[in-house]
Amino acid sequence: MSATAGLLEIDSVRQAFPRPDGGQLLVLDDINLALAEGEIVALLGRSGSGKSTLLRLVAGLARPTAGSLSYLGQPITGPAPGIAMVFQSFALFPWLTVLENVELGLEALHVPDAEIRQRALAAIDLIGLDGYESAYPRELSGGMRQRVGFARALVVHPNILLMDEPFSALDVLTAENLRTDFLELWSDRRLPIKGVILVTHNIEEAVLMSDRILLFSRNPGHIIEEIKVDLPQPRNRLESRFRELVERIYVAMTARPTAAPRTAPPPERGIDAVLPRVSANLMSGLIEAVAGPPYNGKADLPLIASSLHMEVDDLFPVAESLQMLRFAEIEGGDIRLTDAGRQFADAAIDDRKRLFQRQLLAYVPLAAHIRRVLQDRANHVAPKSRFLDELEDHMITESADHTLRAVVAWARYAEAFAYDDDSGTFSLENPS
Amino acid sequence: MAGTLPISVAGRRLTVTRWDLLAVLLVLGVMVFLAEASRHLLAPLADLQMTPISLDPANLPEYAARTTLRMLAALALSLLFTFTYATLAAKNKHAGLLLVPLLDILQSVPILGFISVTVVFFMSLAPGRVLGAEFAAVFAIFTSQAWNMAFSFYQSLRTVPTELVEASHMFRLSPWMRFWRLDVPFAMPQLIFNMMLSMSGSWFFVVASEAISVGNTTITLPGVGSYIALAIERRSLVAVAWAIGTMLVVILLYDQLLFRPLVAWSDRFRFEQEAGAVPPRSWVLDVLRRSGVVAHLGDQLSLVWRRALPRRLPRSANKPMVTWRDRDDRRMARLWTAIVAAVALVATWQIGRFIADGVSLAEAGKAVLLGVATLVRVDVLIAIASLVWVPIGVAIGTRPRLSNLVQPVAQFLAAFPANLLFPIAVSAIVAFRLDPDIWLSPLMILGTQWYILFNVIAGAAAIPAELRDVGTNLQVRGWLWWRKVGLPAVFPYYVTGAITASGGSWNASIVAEVATWGDVRLQANGLGAYIAVATEAGDFHRIVLGIVVMSSFVVVINRAFWRPLYWYAERKFRLG
Repeated sequence: MSATAGLLEIDSVRQAFPRPDGGQLLVLDDINLALAEGEIVALLGRSGSGKSTLLRLVAGLARPTAGSLSYLGQPITGPAPGIAMVFQSFALFPWLTVLENVELGLEALHVPDAEIRQRALAAIDLIGLDGYESAYPRELSGGMRQRVGFARALVVHPNILLMDEPFSALDVLTAENLRTDFLELWSDRRLPIKGVILVTHNIEEAVLMSDRILLFSRNPGHIIEEIKVDLPQPRNRLESRFRELVERIYVAMTARPTAAPRTAPPPERGIDAVLPRVSANLMSGLIEAVAGPPYNGKADLPLIASSLHMEVDDLFPVAESLQMLRFAEIEGGDIRLTDAGRQFADAAIDDRKRLFQRQLLAYVPLAAHIRRVLQDRANHVAPKSRFLDELEDHMITESADHTLRAVVAWARYAEAFAYDDDSGTFSLENPS
Repeated sequence: MAGTLPISVAGRRLTVTRWDLLAVLLVLGVMVFLAEASRHLLAPLADLQMTPISLDPANLPEYAARTTLRMLAALALSLLFTFTYATLAAKNKHAGLLLVPLLDILQSVPILGFISVTVVFFMSLAPGRVLGAEFAAVFAIFTSQAWNMAFSFYQSLRTVPTELVEASHMFRLSPWMRFWRLDVPFAMPQLIFNMMLSMSGSWFFVVASEAISVGNTTITLPGVGSYIALAIERRSLVAVAWAIGTMLVVILLYDQLLFRPLVAWSDRFRFEQEAGAVPPRSWVLDVLRRSGVVAHLGDQLSLVWRRALPRRLPRSANKPMVTWRDRDDRRMARLWTAIVAAVALVATWQIGRFIADGVSLAEAGKAVLLGVATLVRVDVLIAIASLVWVPIGVAIGTRPRLSNLVQPVAQFLAAFPANLLFPIAVSAIVAFRLDPDIWLSPLMILGTQWYILFNVIAGAAAIPAELRDVGTNLQVRGWLWWRKVGLPAVFPYYVTGAITASGGSWNASIVAEVATWGDVRLQANGLGAYIAVATEAGDFHRIVLGIVVMSSFVVVINRAFWRPLYWYAERKFRLG
């Protein structure tokens, strides 16, 4: 390796996908990153912030629309030897044994047979899979499967290891066990790798494992902040500096400019907002949790997240939906119930529905729009396609479908209007 | 395979066990069978006339061997076709635009009517030798096996999990390696299931393809099919019984020796990682697996296969997964569409001219009317078969032990060629002076109704135990149970079965609308009879007209009726 060329350099990368209406959907904008030797960099952000897309660009599985990526000074034009990946879903070949799965990457490199066997066994040994060589993936637990994923990536002796949320499909204990084992091997310099890029939406995981965190935000995906983590390894989650850092990241992630404006927009406008698919039950649950002791109407997001065993990706959409309906406000890493939120918490089921309907029609323009169209029509019926077409003027087909389903779910809870999926029609009447 | 692999691979002892003896016997037996059955291939055609088919049951083992070999050769060809055609269709976007609809059409073309055309072609390839006629027969059987296999493989290729595709790119597998280590294994369980269906379906064609007559020359290849044809001509009930017995034995044998082991072996390729139901077992596979000699040979072979082949083929170096640029893509697509359109126009012109040369417009109108007659027959029969088999299928499917017993029987019945029932049908119709327009019809659905039964059994067996428990718990019984639980749960499966049955019945009409028993000949008014008569007369214009009309009927019905119904069923009733 030459001294001047960096391990990995990403320069003003931009990624866009064509939209059905001919426009472009920007998923990544102006990304810059240099990975140094001996460094673990975490890409942290909510789903949809483009961090996985960036990882696939580095992996050579796709090419950027603009900008450049280079590995050891060479532009990345396809899967490069020396960059290996660990997948969220493990991506093991179910018809190959553990040993065969690990050997596969070496076979593709045309390494001599004897060396393949020796290196594969060494990798299996290193990662703690001894004795499992002849097992098929289906016989293994999730944690063991991901160990195979690690062994398979490490056996090709990559310079860079890419990790795509490698622990998020595992239960809490198994994930922690695997993280600790990995960090131990990394700190002892027993891994044949020089740098790691870790994609995650778990704030604590990022703080626990990485030397540097790049915070991603959405629409389009871009880096909003770079945070250095200079805590010594092994790190302790309960230590105050660790907690401070986690808290700071929560604040940074919630402080981004919110799409929802302070006052209600006129109902004709604003139907182009993509709605999250969050069930009314989840929203009620969070309101009750925040309203009850010990929070009494105001809660620290990291605290309530860990007490509810929810991760950022689960918690944020719910909190944001509450904010959109003005049941709560989010600021500085805190969630605080509004008057409507407190009323909701105290109300019985029928009153809750009435409150929900009021907020929904006042603050979700799409819901108000659909209801008004139905009221204007003589028979109070309208086909789904009418609204879907309208939404598709503003967003890609998939999001339009998502958004319509989200508003239907809320409207059903609120009894604001009805929808029949068989015929694809909206109506004002509920079956009586 | 038991034990930890590295040690057992390195230290597997090469001592001979009783499993080895059994395995060697099995392998040698197969080789002797292949040699024996293919001995006659290069003999001159005149030999066939010298040794005519005989109804002596002693000849049946040889006939059965030769018929089976033809079917296996056709199966091998179908596999080759599947691996190339479906792969091209799935991997090349432009080719796929044409190849996928083409496959749909090929599936609905009644090849039975086309045999006489292909015979002429294949005979010209190896003039004066048996080989040419054999080619023609194998080709006819191939056309009854290949399409659904190719379609299943295509669908599997399209659904290979993204993360595995990404992993194989990441580890820089060559396309060749990826095909054999990812695509084929992933598609294997579905493919083997479709191979079994194909083997069953092709018996029908065996009968039609072994006794081929073009105009006034008749070529009879020794086999079970021509034995059946002769038995019908000579009105020998005993010989028909012998033929049925032979078929039963052959079906049992290839089920035990070929498909059971394949199904048991392919179980490891199932993608669902959770250990599900009881894995299928096969004694043949157990014998082969326990034999040290076979395992050693297998290791060597797989080593050669895995290591030698990919090295020779160039590797697509460092290409990202998406290579087409948008603009090039659109231009290429437009060019390709233009080429396809041009070829289609020329083909339409050619076919039109060919038909117009020999037949009048009135003739074409007549063919369409006959098509309507056959359409009515097919639809009525599917309706009746559904009324009969859906309740029975649900009853069987909800009783696992019963369905284990019934499945193989249904499989045998599905392979049963309609010709074998000609004696009964013709005698009954003549004896009771029935109307052949009505009473010949059941022969059409004889072999195809079982697809409805198969699928409904599978659907009923897949009803989750919890759903059935809820039904019991809420005391949902009788007609209410059928309406709310039984019928909706099996509906998607039923539709799949009915589509297969309907397509197959159209094809079968060519055999079933004309029945002969000795010198008695009964004929119904229908498109199938039209094609059959034209084939006998060697009237190519009418054959092509009949085939075009029939294909159009099938395609239109599939698109206008079955496809919407299928998607409705998938959306509304598919569990889980």
